[in-house]
Amino acid sequence: MTRYDEERIAGLLRALPAVPQGWVQAAQELPLARYELDSIVERAARDAAFRDALLADLEAALRAEGVEPSTPVVAHLRRRLEQ
Amino acid sequence: MAVTPDAELVARCREGDAEAWHELVDRFSRYVFAIVGQGYGLRGDDAEDVFQEVFSRVFERLDTLRSDDAVRPWIAQLARRCAVDRLRSASRELPVEDVPEERYEETIALLDEAMAVREALAELTPECAEILDRFFARDESYRTIGEALDLPAGTIASRISRCLAKLRERLEGRNRSSDPSSVRVT
Repeated sequence: MTRYDEERIAGLLRALPAVPQGWVQAAQELPLARYELDSIVERAARDAAFRDALLADLEAALRAEGVEPSTPVVAHLRRRLEQ
Repeated sequence: MAVTPDAELVARCREGDAEAWHELVDRFSRYVFAIVGQGYGLRGDDAEDVFQEVFSRVFERLDTLRSDDAVRPWIAQLARRCAVDRLRSASRELPVEDVPEERYEETIALLDEAMAVREALAELTPECAEILDRFFARDESYRTIGEALDLPAGTIASRISRCLAKLRERLEGRNRSSDPSSVRVT
């Protein structure tokens, strides 16, 4: 049986420090952004000029579509466009 | 406080339950952060990019997870791959064998145990969980904790000690119930 003295428990609590809140929030918002990305990806499939503009500057294109270009959103969109 | 089992949380995420996704990110965010930082030494923007990449892949690939109970090791593997990719792209000359795999195994063993402690922490009262989290994981001073929780700073040390003792009881109770040698045959 594992023995836990208080010093050990304290060390284990310290092993998982808090994550900057903005990071967690950005990851949590990914599903919301996904719905908006679906329509962007569909439009890119239909419209070659839009697709080129998107690929040239994903962040600006997302902003123009009203989507906050957080790191996970940009990464997710890039992968979908590459598929 | 009852904690949703990992498998149930994963099943709900797969059905598109946004609340479940929030909870999943909350549950594993420290784990991923620690793997990336402690296991692979990534900091700042590199650490943030890898952190986001991991959750982005979790979100996209949840359908490919073979066993919902195995979400934690699966996330650990994704974090490992993303961190290694980042290290390699940051230094094209870095040979594969220089990627700190041994440190990864040690880190995962430690973090798995730390996750068990956090699960036990979630079963304490919210007040106890918060004070222990603030002191140990957020590294806040007695004064900061006192101000945040509206408690006299002089009482913080004794509360931490009491809550730590409760957490220890909880952990050792879990251990006893999972230890086959503790089962009495009558």
